[in-house]
Amino acid sequence: MTFKEIVDILEAEIVLDSDDSDTEIQSVCSTDLMSDLLHFSSMPRSLLITGLANTQAVRTAEIADIKAIVFVLDKKPDKETVEMARQKDIAFIVTRLSRFTACGRLYAAGLRSCTGENR
Amino acid sequence: MSSGRAIEGSFHLTGGDFTNAGAASSELKSILTNLGISLAIVRRAAIATFEAEMNVIIHAVAGVMYYQVTADSIKVILNDMGPGIPDIGLAMQEGYSTAPDWIREMGWGAGMGLPNMKKNSDEFKVDSVVGEGTTVEIVIRIKEESP
Repeated sequence: MTFKEIVDILEAEIVLDSDDSDTEIQSVCSTDLMSDLLHFSSMPRSLLITGLANTQAVRTAEIADIKAIVFVLDKKPDKETVEMARQKDIAFIVTRLSRFTACGRLYAAGLRSCTGENR
Repeated sequence: MSSGRAIEGSFHLTGGDFTNAGAASSELKSILTNLGISLAIVRRAAIATFEAEMNVIIHAVAGVMYYQVTADSIKVILNDMGPGIPDIGLAMQEGYSTAPDWIREMGWGAGMGLPNMKKNSDEFKVDSVVGEGTTVEIVIRIKEESP
């Protein structure tokens, strides 16, 4: 699924666009605990859905090779967080949806977990 | 990379400095990528060192991250001045954490730090003295493979 399609499904606002909006996102991680992400994520080109709206999410995404981050519940990242994502070439969107609903919509649209389960 | 020569360096880490938390691991990840090491191995090294760096930021007053890269392996040693770990076996259990609530609110303290370091390392050692500090040694072998 492309980044652009994900933006549409989540009715999201783009904070930082992807360099290539046709970028293929292959799987999804959803957590507020960064070590869980580092432990269980095993797929490249993933999307992170989180309520953790701070620089820790961006740094962890960089380390785990995540290409795009979604902040849920309309949480707006601060300037520092946006600037770090820009430097790391990580795309950024904000949705008013909850994590549960955001995950549900993307699952229904065919995306699966970054842990490799239910593939 | 050419065989026989080691590339080494170090980063100073300041406990409680969440603004720069992860910067050392991020820089090391760039260094390893630029050396032409395969993405899968760079990813393992980045995750293991990032978790170790975060432990220093969360628990210690200060620390040093030293790295040495040869044609065969990536070795990273983190030495901190911190509270030490009273029971390393317990700390290695997935989900065990002594981090306070405010650390959890920042996305850390899941109790997966040491297990993550071990999972991504080929050799992993922890030495700790309560009241003095902790030393973590991570070795990741670079296998011959095309990038």
